[in-house]
Amino acid sequence: MSKSNRRRRELRTAALLTAPFLILFSVFFLYPTYKVIALSFTDSPLIGEGNWVGLANYVELFNDRLFYTSLWNNFYFVLLTVIPTTVIALLIALAVSRLKGRTQALVLTMFFLPYVLPVSVVTMIWSWMLDFQFGILQPLIEAVTGKPVPVFKNPYWVMPMIAVVTIWWTNGFNVLLLIAGLRNIPADLYEAAALDGATPWQRFWRVTWPLLWPVTALVLTLQLILQLKIFDQVYLLSGGGPFNQSYVVLMQMYREAFQLNNGGYASAVAMVLFVLIVVVSILQYQLLRIGGRK
Amino acid sequence: MTAKRARNIAFTALVLIAAAIWIFPLYWALTTSLRSENRIVSDAGILMDELNFSAYIDVLSTSKLPLWYLNSVGTSLIITFLILLTGMMCAYALSQLRFPGRRALYLLVVASFMVPAPALYVAQFVLMNDLDMVNTWWGIILPQLIAPVVIIVYKQFFDAIPHEMREAVLLDGGGEFTLLFKLYLPLNWGITAALSIITFIGAWNNFFWPFLIVTSEGMMTIPVGITQVTDSFGVAYARMMALALLAAAPVIVGYLIFQKRVTEAVMISAGVKG
Repeated sequence: MSKSNRRRRELRTAALLTAPFLILFSVFFLYPTYKVIALSFTDSPLIGEGNWVGLANYVELFNDRLFYTSLWNNFYFVLLTVIPTTVIALLIALAVSRLKGRTQALVLTMFFLPYVLPVSVVTMIWSWMLDFQFGILQPLIEAVTGKPVPVFKNPYWVMPMIAVVTIWWTNGFNVLLLIAGLRNIPADLYEAAALDGATPWQRFWRVTWPLLWPVTALVLTLQLILQLKIFDQVYLLSGGGPFNQSYVVLMQMYREAFQLNNGGYASAVAMVLFVLIVVVSILQYQLLRIGGRK
Repeated sequence: MTAKRARNIAFTALVLIAAAIWIFPLYWALTTSLRSENRIVSDAGILMDELNFSAYIDVLSTSKLPLWYLNSVGTSLIITFLILLTGMMCAYALSQLRFPGRRALYLLVVASFMVPAPALYVAQFVLMNDLDMVNTWWGIILPQLIAPVVIIVYKQFFDAIPHEMREAVLLDGGGEFTLLFKLYLPLNWGITAALSIITFIGAWNNFFWPFLIVTSEGMMTIPVGITQVTDSFGVAYARMMALALLAAAPVIVGYLIFQKRVTEAVMISAGVKG
């Protein structure tokens, strides 16, 4: 068989194998990506034609006080979740990795289990736990504040409590990654440190922390990207309220597109999130590369 | 030595208590779901001392839960199957074949990681409307089929298979499809299982997209459907918790059975993401 013949066959096979993905990718990813950019320069309703309006949506967006509120709330939510969840996950991972055998497996399962739950199950359970009248956590809240608090209807409590629910839900993922990172640290480093008479405190800061840093950085950046995309929990727990105190960027996109029928404006909101996350992702890539993983 | 042993036991006990507190919301949901509604609002003992299944029976007979199960199982299975199939085929081409645009395609797949899925929902909704697929299974399924992580993971595993094995099959007269389905895939059943489970859980749990594209109660998936019942029940804590646990049961049971695979899949796919 001639070489060019074989070459042609290889090309045909490659075309056949990549075609299904390429078609799906083009129609349901590349085209919508183009479309959301194009829509953001029009005054389209959600369904139907609109007119080209240039940068008008973006100008309006940057004069929209609600948009700044939602940006700030996203930022606030990131503050409330990213570092706390990483610290909590690190503590749990350190504790779990000191256990052995069945106990370790059991404890890991208990910490990981919430991660596999659908979001609406999580929010239903926590709405019940924090129910104003009969919630089992209300006595705890009462002990601190002196009276029960309808947490998802209270402007000060709403974001921190959504953060608590989110951390409870997603923390298992971080625990898992950090445990994997801890397992990759060679045991003889600890033995050497012990021989040198290092205290547990020194061992953590001189051995564990620097060697675990690439995984910790990965967890931090994955969380940052994930938490910027917050919508589900907010929608289900507080609907963005009270007084827009939990109104986040995707909430604004949802409301503009699907309740107010402003497809163009909603696309401009989506574009801001799009750009924000792409920038964070590129920074993440650079950060992890400097960390020496790639 | 005994002092050290005692310290270890104390430490283990402490961690177990922490884990019990962590899992408490699930325990409390279960306890609540097994009580009568009257009991819940009058006496909230913390122990599971009642085994009353009336909330479960009520929920299963009055809500559309069985239909939502069907929608969730159907769409999640199709999504998992199609993602794995298209992903592994594309990954095989990227890993083993030479063709123009190979590098560009790979970069495109990697770059698509960065795009936040919800940012495309408005445009995807418009598209699904143009295709007349709003409120259909395909409307739920199609936009969820883009999973670059599957391609990247498969490519890595395919890259690692020694070339000699490939040559042997080619000498026996096998083609590329034989290679993929008789050699590369069987060698990677483990990773296929792991990716299937985590893809299935992801599809089952997706809330935002099905919530947008489904407009009638009969088409809803589990995570969307159960939020509707909340409104119609009024005050009904036992029934709400029964509903939540029934909705979560498949993923909880699935996770408990395939624990090792889930753990493996989470680590592999996150490692790639870095």
